[in-house]
Amino acid sequence: MDSQTDFYKSLTRNMMLLIALVSFTPLVLVSGILGYEFHTSYQEKVIAHLQELVQKQRQNIDVFLTEKLANIRVLAETFSYQQLQDELFLKRKLALFQENYGGAFVDLGLVDQNGIQMSYAGPFQLMKANYSQAQWFKEAMENPYFISDVFLGLRGLPHFIVAVQKESHGMKYILRSTIDFVAFNDLVENIHIGKTGLAFIVNQKGEFQTKPRLEAPMNKEFFQSLMTNVHKQFLAVGEAIVEVSDHQWRSYQSEGEVTIVRALDNAGVPFLYVMTPLKNGDWFLVYQQEERDAFADLYRARKIALTIILLGGLAIIFTSYVLSRRMVRHFAQAEREKEMMNEQVIEAGKLASVGELAAGIAHEINNPVAIMVEEAGWIEDLLDEEDLRESENLQEFQRALKQIKTQGVRCKEITHKLLSFARKTDPKLKMVSLNDLINEVVGLSEQSAKYSNVKIVKHLTPDIPVISVSPSEMQQVLLNLINNAIDAMDSKGGTLEITTRMEQDMVVIDVADTGQGIPKANLQKIFDPFYTTKPVGKGTGLGLSICYGIIKKMGGEITVNSAVGIGTTFHVMLPAPEEETVGEEDL
Amino acid sequence: MTSAVILLVDDEVPFVEAMMRRLKKRNLNVQAAFSGHEGLDRLAKDNDIDVVVLDVKMPGMDGIETLREIKKKFPLVEVIMLTGHATVETAIEGMKLGAFDYLMKPCDMDELLGKVAEAKAKKSRHEQKIVEARVKEIALRRGD
Repeated sequence: MDSQTDFYKSLTRNMMLLIALVSFTPLVLVSGILGYEFHTSYQEKVIAHLQELVQKQRQNIDVFLTEKLANIRVLAETFSYQQLQDELFLKRKLALFQENYGGAFVDLGLVDQNGIQMSYAGPFQLMKANYSQAQWFKEAMENPYFISDVFLGLRGLPHFIVAVQKESHGMKYILRSTIDFVAFNDLVENIHIGKTGLAFIVNQKGEFQTKPRLEAPMNKEFFQSLMTNVHKQFLAVGEAIVEVSDHQWRSYQSEGEVTIVRALDNAGVPFLYVMTPLKNGDWFLVYQQEERDAFADLYRARKIALTIILLGGLAIIFTSYVLSRRMVRHFAQAEREKEMMNEQVIEAGKLASVGELAAGIAHEINNPVAIMVEEAGWIEDLLDEEDLRESENLQEFQRALKQIKTQGVRCKEITHKLLSFARKTDPKLKMVSLNDLINEVVGLSEQSAKYSNVKIVKHLTPDIPVISVSPSEMQQVLLNLINNAIDAMDSKGGTLEITTRMEQDMVVIDVADTGQGIPKANLQKIFDPFYTTKPVGKGTGLGLSICYGIIKKMGGEITVNSAVGIGTTFHVMLPAPEEETVGEEDL
Repeated sequence: MTSAVILLVDDEVPFVEAMMRRLKKRNLNVQAAFSGHEGLDRLAKDNDIDVVVLDVKMPGMDGIETLREIKKKFPLVEVIMLTGHATVETAIEGMKLGAFDYLMKPCDMDELLGKVAEAKAKKSRHEQKIVEARVKEIALRRGD
């Protein structure tokens, strides 16, 4: 039984695994392949978009800066040192610029080669200011054009300077203009996508040239190394992973002047950096966004897909479990039914073979018994002879012979019962009214019932259909059941009830007694041949097995209900004919 | 009416012997055969046999076959089938083939005697009719 359960368990497991495997494989493959393709193409799309954005912004900034520079250059080229020295002239020009180019130009100033501002137009009092020590001145003196980094300068406000160097009568001088940081900042600050996307400009030292919309997650050194090492390297290598100051870099692409870098911040959050050099590599325009934010749609889609896969997977597992459990249960039930059927078949086969055996034995015994009876008869014949008549033991002889004959007859009865168990007595079928038949049989048994103090009560349904049975066999069955019932009630007496009724398309005869009942252990054996509880010589143990054989042969069923001390009821169910044919078959 | 001449055919020798003794005691002319063939031989030799008591179940030529042969060769001889319970159907078949009656083993002597007497009477009637028919025939011929 244990190995059986194990077998079913492993069967359930195998089926479950198979169903799950077959369902999961395509699901995982399809979602994996599609997911990968989608991931790749979507990332490419996002990055292309960012690249384009940054590139366009670079152009804008370049245009802005060159424009400002060009304006100053035009001013420097067009007008002489003397003219520019005139403060009123400068003021007029500044007003003109501010009018034409918005508030970008804050002031205008003319600085001589010693760094002294010779003339100034603007909101601050910077006349004669000394710039000789200022970084921008030193650099501006060496280049014809110069755009400084953003610095606080003398006035203490972030700004940067656009300067043009000119020479007049062997004297170098510089025309400079301060560009409003706010106006410049707006250019960059306006770039923002999503929650964390922001743009800013840093110089090569990693100093912010614009004010980022949000606080940038990285420090100066980070951007410095980003500028100096990574950008250059990626421009050369294309794609690589480089360890720089504890950060892991990965370039997605470096196309044209745009480098894309993926880096983890101190908290380990991945950021995307899209950068492009400005001002010949002095500055970098950096667009920064959290990777999660940049690919928000992708991650959302991925999350949905994963949820679906997870739920689908759970559904698959659940279904496969339930399905295989149910199937195996059906299977086990079918197996059990088959086993039960087998048992029944074996039981029927056993009964049949026992019947055959009994018939064979009966026939073989019949002949010797016949001979014995004949010989006894012969002795009896001889006893009539004159010389034996006077024998003093004549009475004894005759009694003994009679006994031999009686026992011979008993043997004959036993063998005949055995034979009728296997053979048909009078197999001719007749249309019989069961009620009539029962009345007849009860009439036969009434005498013996009276001796046993048994009252026979009949509940006969008057309109049960006429059925086609062998009357003698049916009689035998009824007699057997009635005699058994009477025997079961001993001499104490009781009530024997015989009922006929219809149940669906079966005619049912119930024979109920109020006898001692049959213990449960014996119930299964009562139809077995030679099974008897009667004392030796009183019963052959064949009655019920003969009944069983006869009823089975008629296509009917015989069952028993019994309770010890209360009584026993036998149910004989016989199929009613489908059409009620009138008239009897002849012998 | 003279008592019948009986031929017992059965393979069970002790049974046949016991029966013979008992029937002879009752002053019947009894002959015995222990197989179908032997029975047929006896019938061929002895034209006086009136009734054959024939066991159905015998090795070799069985009762039914023997019965067929008897009815073919000696149509006037009456046959009583003797059978165990198991072969009642065979006995019935035998009766269809022309057996006079059947008895079940072990059988009651009086019953057997009764049946034999009836069979003998039937045979006698048949013979009587045949004789009468012949007489008529002869008379008709004479009348010609």
